[in-house]
Amino acid sequence: MLMEVKELSLSIGKVALLDRVSFSVDRGQVLGLVGESGSGKSLTALALTGLVRRIGGRITGGSIAFDGQELSDLPEPAYRKLRGKRIAFITQNPMSALDALKTIGDQVDQVSRLHLGLSRKAARAHTVDILTRLRIPEAATVARAYPHQLSGGMKQRVVIAMALAADADLIIADEPTTALDVTVQAQIVMILSELVRKRNIGLILITHDMGVVAQICDKVCVLYAGRVAESGPVGQLFDTPRHPYSAALIGCIPRECMAPGALKGIPGTVPSALNYGAECCRFASRCARADALCHTTRPLPHSQGAALVACHHPQGTAAQPEALDV
Amino acid sequence: MTVTAPVSGLLPALRRSAPVQALASWKGGVAGTFLILVVLGALFAPWLTPYGFDVQNLPGAFQAPNLSHPMGTDEFGRDVLTRILYGARTSLSVSAVAIAISLFCGMVLGASAGYFGGRFDRAVMVVVDLTWAFPEILVALMLVAIIGPGTTGTLVAICVAYLAQFTRLTRAQVMALKSETFVEAARGMGASNAAILFRHLLPNCLGPVLVAGMLATGDAIILEATLGFFGLGAQPPTPSWGGMMSSGSGLLFKGPWIIMFPGLCIALTVVAINMFGDALLHKLDVRERVRTA
Amino acid sequence: MSEPILALSGLTRRFSTGGGFLRPARSMTAVRGVDLQVARGDIVGVVGESGCGKSTLARLAMRLLEPSDGTIRFEGQDVTHLGGRALKSLRKKLQMVFQDPYSSLDPRYTVRDCIKEPFRALGEPVPPGRVEDLLDQVGLPRSFAESYPHQMSGGQRQRVGIARALAYAPDFVVLDEPTASLDVSIQAQIIALLQDLHRQRDLTYLFISHDLGLVRYFCSRIVVMYLGSVVEVMEDPHAAPRHPYTRALMESSFVPDPEARATIVPLEGEIPSPFALPLGCPFAPRCPRVQDRCRSELPQPTATTIGRVSCFNPIEA
Repeated sequence: MLMEVKELSLSIGKVALLDRVSFSVDRGQVLGLVGESGSGKSLTALALTGLVRRIGGRITGGSIAFDGQELSDLPEPAYRKLRGKRIAFITQNPMSALDALKTIGDQVDQVSRLHLGLSRKAARAHTVDILTRLRIPEAATVARAYPHQLSGGMKQRVVIAMALAADADLIIADEPTTALDVTVQAQIVMILSELVRKRNIGLILITHDMGVVAQICDKVCVLYAGRVAESGPVGQLFDTPRHPYSAALIGCIPRECMAPGALKGIPGTVPSALNYGAECCRFASRCARADALCHTTRPLPHSQGAALVACHHPQGTAAQPEALDV
Repeated sequence: MTVTAPVSGLLPALRRSAPVQALASWKGGVAGTFLILVVLGALFAPWLTPYGFDVQNLPGAFQAPNLSHPMGTDEFGRDVLTRILYGARTSLSVSAVAIAISLFCGMVLGASAGYFGGRFDRAVMVVVDLTWAFPEILVALMLVAIIGPGTTGTLVAICVAYLAQFTRLTRAQVMALKSETFVEAARGMGASNAAILFRHLLPNCLGPVLVAGMLATGDAIILEATLGFFGLGAQPPTPSWGGMMSSGSGLLFKGPWIIMFPGLCIALTVVAINMFGDALLHKLDVRERVRTA
Repeated sequence: MSEPILALSGLTRRFSTGGGFLRPARSMTAVRGVDLQVARGDIVGVVGESGCGKSTLARLAMRLLEPSDGTIRFEGQDVTHLGGRALKSLRKKLQMVFQDPYSSLDPRYTVRDCIKEPFRALGEPVPPGRVEDLLDQVGLPRSFAESYPHQMSGGQRQRVGIARALAYAPDFVVLDEPTASLDVSIQAQIIALLQDLHRQRDLTYLFISHDLGLVRYFCSRIVVMYLGSVVEVMEDPHAAPRHPYTRALMESSFVPDPEARATIVPLEGEIPSPFALPLGCPFAPRCPRVQDRCRSELPQPTATTIGRVSCFNPIEA
């Protein structure tokens, strides 16, 4: 496994925000971390990149293993060497990820010079090569441009180029396409998926867009209120979602084949982190299948087909007849 | 509780109001209590002291602080505490009234300039920036020179000296707020310009502007004292803090208390106003209110 | 079609910006020559990417912006240059729900004040119990009436925005991306609410969105915009598109089904700057079906079996 996260718990101050989150990703794989706002998906990204300490977060349990190395207690200087070189982080907003006063080329060069020790000239050649592979037309000209001269989609490609400049083994991308238009989003998503296959690297894609997940992910981990609701291969999740939340989330996506009024949404709202219960299913108050057990006992993840599901009453088992073949 | 039904609704409302909330905080409480004491002292001065502020008693001049004159007496034998209490009337009222007028004019000017923009805005800003190009004291001295020394001159001088600050602040706030969607929404519902200005824009920039006014009052007390120190403020025998310091400055070694106590009063009052203003700023922000329902 | 409730013809809006000390002002056309008729009871969806002019179109229809050219007719009456009292009474029938529920509510107003605002803006008394009725209708507990916007979640705020738009019982509501800043589960709630209200209150919607999937589910007609122009109108939202841009949009929104992974060739390039519009068809520089003629001539709308399309080389049915 390239990266394996086991029972990761994290707090900021006294508020516990992640509760025993586990997932893993291997080379050549795309893992989708899915959830709505407040699910803890961006926080997970910060935890994996060691940046969570900067916002006052503290890992309170569990482990993060990257290529055999334990990261959860890695000191900051060692993390700094890893970050950018072997683990690359792509943030949501490409506009703020680039330095407005430096040219695109200088910014991408910097990464390969710092981490690969390339000379000025070699670094620029490397940069132009990466930009070209990301299908940026006239890469040499773009390298001499400043960020404000590029469009949003171009800037996001430059951010991806920076992530690739040091030949990272793992890319963590936090909502890389949210700020972009759909046609540009499609370009970026295709580029990312192609990269993973061609360079045999791992990608953790954090997103709220189930369409994007279905398009490029191999594995999915659905987060809800700081816990993993369901994780497993993408095919099973979309075909037979076991956790009622995964099923509801998929059902929230409008599709033209839906009958009018079929789109209902999930009643209620995500609980605030201050009101997370410890000994209950956090989805219980919004769940149609919830009973007394769900309000008093925390569901532990257990196997359902190829997936791990944290639910007392998973779909496709108890109430429905097809459960018999599990 | 003995409160009747209509009053019981009023009390919680009063308790929720920002100044009362500010008083409840540690910083605001100390500062607010001090300010209330100063204001009460100024209001009830005739009842608090047996002396008159302008009654001379030459044999009793230059008495160091003692039991019958807690802050001593000045070169004419007048009780310093009495003069400070009466002086607070001049210093506080001139500053507060001047700032209130300045604040009102500044808000009207700034809000209309920011909201309507265009030529009107440019004209207002040119004039306002011109006054801002000079230090407040310079503008004040110039105006007093034109109008003549005295309370009216000081009032106008303070008014004009701070107008630029309030106009600019209100204008900046209104310009930021007017591009908010809720303003567009109000227009979409048929609200007139006046309604948008008075129901949305001004209430939303009231907090910071009021606090700026509060803080400026502190500065204005110093400005008033400075003008008084130069003999351009309230004319003798009317006491003012600045005037008292001015007459005490020549007697620094003979009777240091004559200049010390008014100076201390100015300093403490200004600090208290600033502290209270700070506390108020926090409490005025409606977003800091938590949901109680 | 009976008398349309809203009819736009040749609607155009130009903006000029810049114009500094040494720089001449530049002008752009945000909306150019839009013709659109909305029938009573319709839900018309306007889709396009950022900068296509859909929000400007919404504001023109709402009379929040003045058109540079063209006419707006509401219930048969020309309202293009309406002002004063007549405009105010038009506001009663025409309301809008905004994209960002965070900034569309005054932070100092309680929910009750927000919902009362349409009445106050027109100087009329609020019918007793109206606020409570509206809260019921949009699915908010009545206890929220005294809350402030910052105490609510995004979805709840948007419900307040909808209640405010419905306060005066309008006939026509412009919905400007009302769900764009919400989570999918909340988006679905809001869409379901809008659908219920449409049925119960006999409303007409102009729904602005960048999400073609959502528009195809929610709307009865679709208008596709690109760089200020309408490129295609689809009377049947489920029909196959004729304009290459509509098809590209459709392919770019991924279907939530791993089996239907698209092997799409994404559109190359990005939307050109509206300040330097290409001669001819605005989509020509990115179009996979481009012909010589597209670069020099502006295609005019022509009728198709499913609506109308502005393209010299439309996709065959």
